[in-house]
Amino acid sequence: MSSDANLPIKKPEGEIKLETHDLSLYYDGFHALKNISVYIPARRITALIGPSGCGKSSFLRCFNRMNDLIQSARVTGEVLIDGANVYDRTTDVAALRKRVGMVFQTPNPFPMSIYDNVAYGPRLHGIRERSALDEVVEKSLRGAALWDEVKDTLRKSALDLSGGQQQRLSIARVLAVEPEVLLMDEPCSALDPTATFKIEELMIELMENYTIVIVTHNMYQASRVSQYTGFFLLGDLIEYGDTVQIFENPKDQRTDDYVRGRFG
Amino acid sequence: MSSAQRAWEWFVGKVIRLSGAMAIVFVILIFAFLLRDALPLLRSASLREILLGDTWLPTSEPPKFGMLPLVLGSLYVTVGALIIAVPLGLATAAFISEVAPRWIQEILKPTVEVLASIPSVVFGFLGLLLVGPWLMELLDLPLPVFAGLGSLMLAFMAMPTIVSVAEDAIRSVPTALRENSLALGATRWQTIRRVVIPAARSGIIAGTLLGLGRAIGETMTVLMVTGNAAVIPEGLVGILRPVRTLTATIAGEMGETAYATPHYHALFMIGLILFVITFLTNTIADIAVRRSGGVAQ
Repeated sequence: MSSDANLPIKKPEGEIKLETHDLSLYYDGFHALKNISVYIPARRITALIGPSGCGKSSFLRCFNRMNDLIQSARVTGEVLIDGANVYDRTTDVAALRKRVGMVFQTPNPFPMSIYDNVAYGPRLHGIRERSALDEVVEKSLRGAALWDEVKDTLRKSALDLSGGQQQRLSIARVLAVEPEVLLMDEPCSALDPTATFKIEELMIELMENYTIVIVTHNMYQASRVSQYTGFFLLGDLIEYGDTVQIFENPKDQRTDDYVRGRFG
Repeated sequence: MSSAQRAWEWFVGKVIRLSGAMAIVFVILIFAFLLRDALPLLRSASLREILLGDTWLPTSEPPKFGMLPLVLGSLYVTVGALIIAVPLGLATAAFISEVAPRWIQEILKPTVEVLASIPSVVFGFLGLLLVGPWLMELLDLPLPVFAGLGSLMLAFMAMPTIVSVAEDAIRSVPTALRENSLALGATRWQTIRRVVIPAARSGIIAGTLLGLGRAIGETMTVLMVTGNAAVIPEGLVGILRPVRTLTATIAGEMGETAYATPHYHALFMIGLILFVITFLTNTIADIAVRRSGGVAQ
């Protein structure tokens, strides 16, 4: 096993949805992501693991340019979606974020009704017609496995839902804008095991139509749901590959230590 | 604890309690005082005549104490002020907290607060000598003093209150809500309008009502620029004609009123009406602020 130089990244087979080339991210002087190059396959779940502060969330936020909101953040290198550079000067960031949806660590429903939460995105993007909105809302809530629980209380405040329901609502809200990619930033860290199980089941269902990238602290979760896994450490992508291989037969000593729970 | 310490603790406790009680005592005393000097008016005119009468001629024979023109005058000027100040104040607050870069924030915030420290007589002065004549010419008005001019001047005086309360409310909307909205492909403006402002709604209402309280109680400016004609304003064009407000009536007539005459009591009745109005707006503002705590956590 080597443990000094990073391993060359092997391109997964099949269609590639997202890729980065020599991607670096700086917060002021701090080099938070170091020359990351990776290929993320379409309609698969890719998990990003690593200890806190390793840069995996920052990495995730490059794909929908949420790092733009941090004034000190600066990005170099390329981030491609279907071959087009996300950081190109001509990119319409709002349109990009419509294609690349994001589910955050803690669910944050807007202080409005369940219906209005889900209809928020479609309304932004110009759907006004009542019947069309009804349809999107139902479809999205069904997609997020929440419909049966809320179909009679769509007019109630979303803030009254439980944590697990709120997180599924966040997912429904993202599905409603019909993205191609779902970025999930530790979506289960605030949830109990039952709710976590539901979200994981849901992710596997969603995989048929969406490219999913999930950041997780929970290695069991990564091994349960993902087909590909990347291991981050101190801003470096140490190892990336098939999930089974990463967990059972890692090539790098540091990956081995981490997945066996020796640190982190 | 020594007995000296204990005595000191007891003493401090009492002083603090007394100070707290003072505020309430003063409010009650003012209210009682207003009641005492206002109620005797009911011997000269019925409540119906006072509140709904359309003529204010307190020194004619027989005197007429219809306060409707004054109430409507105040209403015109105040509502006009809010129509100008609320959108402007809200936009300013949103700009300061959501859009402006840091260095502009740091200039703009104190500048808006300086508006609050300009004496009201200065606003009156500006309105009377500068803005009024200019608007008269521009809009081809009969007089350089009118309700809308008071509204305009009051709007600038109410703005700092609206801006600072609304800005606090907007600032306290969690960043995560903004991020969620942006991540769904909303633009910054869509996020402000559809998520941030609705989430800050209660605080914005509170700021508006506090601004309203300020506007309705303002005296000097409106005395100088609204023309002091105690007539019922007619329709929308009334905003461009002279009116007289409740406050200006008290300030203008108190000096020439004999003690304990019906006219004297009538002015206290006006004071009582003002007190009730501002008390109600402040109470509603207070309730709105309390509710805002529970909306966006």
